[in-house]
Amino acid sequence: MSDINSNIPEGELTSKWTKYKSSVPLVNPSNKRTIEVIIVGSGLAGASAAATLAEMGYKVKCFCFQDSPRRAHSIAAQGGINAAKNYQNDGDSTYRLFYDTIKGGDYRAREANVHRLAEVSANIIDQCVAQGVPLAREYGGLLDNRSFGGTQVQRTFYAAGQTGQQLLLGAYSALERQIGMGKVEMYTRHEMLEVVKIDGKARGIIARNLITGEIERHFGHAVVLGTGGYGNVFYLSTNAMGSNVTAAWKAHKQGAYFANPCYTQIHPTCIPVSGDHQSKLTLMSESLRNDGRIWVPKKKDDNRKASEIPEEERDYYLERRYPAFGNLVPRDVASRAAKERCDAGYGVGASKLAVYLDFKANTERYGRIEASKSGIHNPDKETCMRLGTEVIKAKYGNLFDMYAQITGENPYETPMRIYPAVHYTMGGLWVDYNLMTSVPGLYCTGEANFSDHGANRLGASALMQGLADGYFVLPYTIGAYLSKEISVKAIPTDHPAFAEAEERAVGILNKLINIKGTKSVDHFHKRLGHIMWEKCGMARNEKGLNEAIEEIRALRAEFWSNVRVPGAVGELNPELEKAGRVADFIELGELMCIDALNRNESCGGHFREEYQTEEGEALRDDENYAYVAAWEFKEGVNFELHKEELKFENIKVAQRSYK
Amino acid sequence: MSTGNMNLTLKVWRQKNNNTKGALVDYKLAGISPDMSFLEMFDVLNEELINKGEEPVVFDHDCREGICGMCSMFINGRPHGPKDLVTTCQLHMRSFNDGDTIVVEPWRAAAFPVVKDLTVDRSAFDRVIAAGGFISVNTGNAQDANNLPIPKMQADAAFEAAACIGCGACVATCKNASAMLFVSAKISQLALLPQGQPERYRRVQSMVAQMDAEGFGNCTNTGACEAECPKGISLENIARMNRDFASAKFISEETV
Repeated sequence: MSDINSNIPEGELTSKWTKYKSSVPLVNPSNKRTIEVIIVGSGLAGASAAATLAEMGYKVKCFCFQDSPRRAHSIAAQGGINAAKNYQNDGDSTYRLFYDTIKGGDYRAREANVHRLAEVSANIIDQCVAQGVPLAREYGGLLDNRSFGGTQVQRTFYAAGQTGQQLLLGAYSALERQIGMGKVEMYTRHEMLEVVKIDGKARGIIARNLITGEIERHFGHAVVLGTGGYGNVFYLSTNAMGSNVTAAWKAHKQGAYFANPCYTQIHPTCIPVSGDHQSKLTLMSESLRNDGRIWVPKKKDDNRKASEIPEEERDYYLERRYPAFGNLVPRDVASRAAKERCDAGYGVGASKLAVYLDFKANTERYGRIEASKSGIHNPDKETCMRLGTEVIKAKYGNLFDMYAQITGENPYETPMRIYPAVHYTMGGLWVDYNLMTSVPGLYCTGEANFSDHGANRLGASALMQGLADGYFVLPYTIGAYLSKEISVKAIPTDHPAFAEAEERAVGILNKLINIKGTKSVDHFHKRLGHIMWEKCGMARNEKGLNEAIEEIRALRAEFWSNVRVPGAVGELNPELEKAGRVADFIELGELMCIDALNRNESCGGHFREEYQTEEGEALRDDENYAYVAAWEFKEGVNFELHKEELKFENIKVAQRSYK
Repeated sequence: MSTGNMNLTLKVWRQKNNNTKGALVDYKLAGISPDMSFLEMFDVLNEELINKGEEPVVFDHDCREGICGMCSMFINGRPHGPKDLVTTCQLHMRSFNDGDTIVVEPWRAAAFPVVKDLTVDRSAFDRVIAAGGFISVNTGNAQDANNLPIPKMQADAAFEAAACIGCGACVATCKNASAMLFVSAKISQLALLPQGQPERYRRVQSMVAQMDAEGFGNCTNTGACEAECPKGISLENIARMNRDFASAKFISEETV
């Protein structure tokens, strides 16, 4: 049923990558010096690729919209990074990481890609430690691990609640080293606005210098997009304010298929919305579920304080429903369970759209251990809590501080209130095994592609994928393409294709600034977010999706006739930047709904209310939907579906169970 | 819960670009909720300005959870405002009172030129890192991570130095506009780890040289940087950097 080729190498799953690596064509060092690669994005996936390709000898240009590559949103990832090291001797292996990821993704990811990811996971940890990334250690000097959702082993490496920061700064330092040596030209405060295609191949980009507003043309033998996810289509998400889909969307409009756009991850543990002024949502790391127990009152509309509700009147609903995994079920399962309780009237806090995440039991348990370490036998409760609080502080201090800062409540004393929020997007540009999109020479890495997480990503796997793609996969696979490009001389940017692409980009900017309507960009963004959250969020149904599509089309028309963008094109103009991004989000939002409507099943983060088991679990339809939905952009705003069949040859497909 | 009742007077630095003079402009805001973050309060101001047909205030921000280091407002004479250990985006309006007048300026330092309004150019920090803030190891050359045990205390100390988010509050608050806290944090992180030893003395020389070339001032041990750092980076790092710098000049055979 596939009508697109994923270019997965033949052979045994476990040896595919090794064999491929040793047979992929190489580019000799003197040719590398004349081959130019453009990397858009400087997060884990972009910075690691830029540094590694430059180390290999390619000429690299790297672009980011922030004022420094160090600010890419990978920096905000808190909890950790998975790797199949089996340092804890708990039976972990490459196969188990592979298996957990396929199962966690609800059997909607490619076996070959995921196995490769699991294989290189261990190299990532080695590489980062060699760079001086200060991962957490035990007293023996060896690396520490913790548990994350959807697994029964401890394979998550971490640096307190700042794992993303430390890993990104590692990649950033490698990138800066290459910049200092003149091997990478860095363009900060630049936004990619178009892909340039010549004879069907990606040959460069059009970028806007955000300080001066000037439009620039840049040639590359190949272009790599490591531009992150599109969660901000919901307006409120845990993404940074600037995170956007524009680079990926412009590529999509130039022929790159967009795969599984409806697969969005709603993270179960975020700080609840406090009011209409809210501009973003803040995650409380999944690692907290190691030591936090999630509960709601057993009584409906219970308005007592958490501390006044006795143990027997609390419903630890995850432990009740999923005894085997308990509080560590995957994110999609935990989020839906929270929504189910709140919809049923058991929510807590002023909005009733929250559940408790309670550290008391484990604080006391840690306190008891600490007491016995210091020779205190039969410690009283107060001593236990005091000593235990110190342990919790050491593990999660920065997260607790952040919670206190945002909510004005002290989480050491009262349980945190949490609620699901948009966090990650599994969908993205379709790529083959080489991470190349359907446009030759255009690659996509990290969250921006669709490749490894199926319909649901496991915790601590985003950092793994971003760095796997950038350090260990793309630098090899891009050689397969570039080895055929060695005779291509740098194409001058006065080529008509550059002029044409520039004209498209400038046309949109001028159009936006000249509408001179009455409503701000944020006004439209908020309305789009509301439609998406209500009708294409944690639960979707046919009626709602059809309504959403109509509403989004109407919103698009209204946006293009009534948005107000102050200022001029030729200057630093954040409103203009936002306007361009929101215009793309509106088109993407429609495609997400179309994709969700097309997928008549529930899987992972995509939950269609019509398709569920009697117990309310996601009900897949493997016979009809075991495929990647890859959408092609068509004139106007229309989309044509292509299918890549998913074959499971090494894993038995089953209904996911975490009971 | 969405609307509040705080009334504020803002005095905000407006400057079209680096070639023009700037000035403080007064704005009145009403209905601010104490649950808003400081930047959300600026969102409200900008929405009002746009609706009135005026130009919104340009300010840097991105993650809004205190980790990207992009936000950079100098509030009532303090970088990131009155609360310790938080960035501007994590400062909430409950830290202010109804009726307050709040003065908001950009970071001010010769090495951080104003770009527009409250946005400054901090690319000098990137150039200091590019001069030596790394370990020279190419991808694919690493041994197994656990072949190199690192005592927990040492690893933790390196981590504490590595917590720096590169926001530049240390420079903004320093009367000399010195970048020593920022530079020493990176030097310390790597100097505390065994992986950082081979380049230790080379690194401190080249990073300090770049820091000077960028026009940052010297350290006179006032300690304002440590007091204002949103991540609690310690002054000890500066002492460590100075020791390493002296060692490099007097002991090390390698000069950069």
